[in-house]
Amino acid sequence: MSDHPLLRVNAVTKFYGARVGCRDVSFELWPGEVLAVVGESGSGKTTLLNAISTRLLPTSGTVEYRMRDGQFRDLYRMGEAERRFLMRTDWGFVHQNPADGLRMTVSAGANVGERLMAIGDRHYGNIRDTASQWLGRVEIDTDRIDDQPRDFSGGMRQRLQIARNLVTGPRLVFMDEPTGGLDVSVQARLLDLVRGLVNDLGLAAIVVTHDLAVARLLSHRMMVMKDGNVIEHGLTDRVLDDPREPYTQLLVSSILQV
Amino acid sequence: MNTHAQLATYNFAYLDEQTKRMIRRAILKAIAIPGYQVPFASREMPMPYGWGTGGVQVTASVLGPDDTLKVIDQGADDTTNAVSIRAFFQKVANVAVTTSTAEATIIQTRHRIPEETLKEGQILVYQVPIPEPLRFLEPRETETRKMHALEEYGLMHVKLYEDIAKNGHIATTYAYPVKVEGRYVMDPSPTPKFDNPKMHRSEALQLFGAGREKRIYAVPPYTDVVSLDFEDHPFEIQKFDEPCALCGARNVYLDEVILNDKGGRMFVCSDTDHCEKRRAEGHVGHLAGEAPETAQ
Repeated sequence: MSDHPLLRVNAVTKFYGARVGCRDVSFELWPGEVLAVVGESGSGKTTLLNAISTRLLPTSGTVEYRMRDGQFRDLYRMGEAERRFLMRTDWGFVHQNPADGLRMTVSAGANVGERLMAIGDRHYGNIRDTASQWLGRVEIDTDRIDDQPRDFSGGMRQRLQIARNLVTGPRLVFMDEPTGGLDVSVQARLLDLVRGLVNDLGLAAIVVTHDLAVARLLSHRMMVMKDGNVIEHGLTDRVLDDPREPYTQLLVSSILQV
Repeated sequence: MNTHAQLATYNFAYLDEQTKRMIRRAILKAIAIPGYQVPFASREMPMPYGWGTGGVQVTASVLGPDDTLKVIDQGADDTTNAVSIRAFFQKVANVAVTTSTAEATIIQTRHRIPEETLKEGQILVYQVPIPEPLRFLEPRETETRKMHALEEYGLMHVKLYEDIAKNGHIATTYAYPVKVEGRYVMDPSPTPKFDNPKMHRSEALQLFGAGREKRIYAVPPYTDVVSLDFEDHPFEIQKFDEPCALCGARNVYLDEVILNDKGGRMFVCSDTDHCEKRRAEGHVGHLAGEAPETAQ
């Protein structure tokens, strides 16, 4: 890990009118680190994720990102063109519903290749080879390369969405409930895959989830949110094994034991 | 002239002067930003959408009493759309009309560019059904505008990628996307891609009017117009195996004409003026002069 964080989030607050989305959230994310944001629905997890990933303008606070040249830049002071370029090259965003992150009516190969074409790749053969390699890496048969994602199962769609995001070699990936809506065995396989990719590629990731098992498996650190506030923040194992806040204790003890 | 007198309540070229002024301003802006779609307050015209309301408004705004107008539809001067629009301007503007490409100062076209190279001073007006090249890939207008503004055209190549993945080659044959002056990606209206190279550094001014979609865009004379492609799948125009059956022309765009129900067919120039001119010069195709029944 390097000497500088990748992302600095400082006092990010988002109000929806008089209602609080998230309040005064600050943290730093280091290269290669996976941070889980957990909490019940309505606690502000997704608002926070969107505010950090430039999808939603926060009411106040700053988000700084260390660019590839080593300089920190305030995301909301960048031009829109630069911000969008960052989003499709150095970042990835994995949606809970794959239909939001994929183009459902173009083939899997084109879905993976879109980012390459967006940054100027103009060689069909190379684009197709890269797409096919990435399909292999996310365990989709390469003979499905010309099929449309709407012919894929939920788990395959989610894996395709991950491949589509990782093809440009991003350094930071945002994931919003990546395993939501998948059955348990598919979840396990997806988590295994994501964990492997994060380790291999040295990705930093912010994972929003309500599933503590996902947090346990994927993340190094976690933040617990309630009513828009971060109430507990620490190493994942510490928070899960020795929760300090009453709400975290409640959350941890609510996990069904089989 | 008699009919013109009865229509005295109409202004010259149908539209009132304020409307023409508004459209001319849009045209000037479009010329200043080649390939950029300029919104304009499109008017109701006495014809249905899809019949060239955009082209007619552009023509009406640039037309002067001394102009000579030619109107073509799929290359032909004698089809319904061409005949009625030509008659319309004869009636409401009393301008000279022609079918000869060389004599026309303004050519309104639906889906073709004449075979004869256009010259400086001529204006080619296209009728455009859907001006947005990204439309079928990205349905949101707010998003496509942003993509144009930020020059995010990766999606256009996704479409070409899909073509190759499905068909082994770029199967888009009309409305083939082009990049204008290295900046804006533009839909050249549903002309066959055969005509795309004619747009590149053309001496004539090219104006595009989309009436229903309320957009005007333009390619000024001597402007670079480059068809999008992949390095390993370069842009190619259609090729025809046989020459025109009537005038024997090669390297022109041909229409297939079904002659009978026994599989008889012929390929003839889609540009009727070009074909007639060649026949007048004495060029003869292999089916010229034969009755359709005998042609097999």
